[in-house]
Amino acid sequence: MATNTDRPTSPHLQVYKLPLTGIISITHRMTGVMLSAGLVFFVYIVYAVAGGSNTYTAMQALMSLWLVKLIYWGFIYALFFHLCHGVRHLIWDAGKSFDRDTLNRYALIELGCSLVLTLLTLILTSE
Amino acid sequence: MDYRSPLARVRGLGSAKAGTSHWWMQRVTAVALIPLSYWLITFLNLSLNAPYQHTVEWLATPLNTLCIVAWVLAVFYHAALGLQVVIEDYIAAEGVKIVAVWTVNLSFLLLALAALIAVFRTLLIG
Repeated sequence: MATNTDRPTSPHLQVYKLPLTGIISITHRMTGVMLSAGLVFFVYIVYAVAGGSNTYTAMQALMSLWLVKLIYWGFIYALFFHLCHGVRHLIWDAGKSFDRDTLNRYALIELGCSLVLTLLTLILTSE
Repeated sequence: MDYRSPLARVRGLGSAKAGTSHWWMQRVTAVALIPLSYWLITFLNLSLNAPYQHTVEWLATPLNTLCIVAWVLAVFYHAALGLQVVIEDYIAAEGVKIVAVWTVNLSFLLLALAALIAVFRTLLIG
């Protein structure tokens, strides 16, 4: 297929000050891509479990490094954020909550919820 | 899933591609993943902190095996569907786009199979 390279380019996103909904929207996409890449780590962990107690212990040692732990909790927060904004996408799919006040209020609610869920997980798993 | 009426199909109205089904499955897997996330986080928490035997026994409980397997199927499907949209949005060249989508689909199919095999191997041990 011949492509016309003289076509006008899309407006450059960088020149706009994105509203909160816009920032959250692109964050949803970025966390989605990140979490997809993170699935490789899930496969690594489940293989370590399947590999017997030695590989399991080695995996636990690696996962207890502070940098890895930090990345791990970053992933947990990304998961909860993606989940909360995903719920809002489902509400949008039902044709609801498109007016401006609701948009901003829901944005704050989902940011708060993902933070609370992450902290709750942190508290419940640190026995 | 095709939501077009037979008449619309005969008249050739609407998209000829699989957009509706793609969109729909993205939502179905999303809804399934909400409750299943509980099992993912429990599994991750045990794997990172619990003694080996404890994690294996947890995974071998029928409900936990079911939910982890369901999570694996739903999440890899959901991820592949989502990445396909991202690729289609940012890659304009038709050839590169097709190769990229196929690479993602095949990679995630492979990863999903690898994860399932690992779960079943764990069950054989424990």
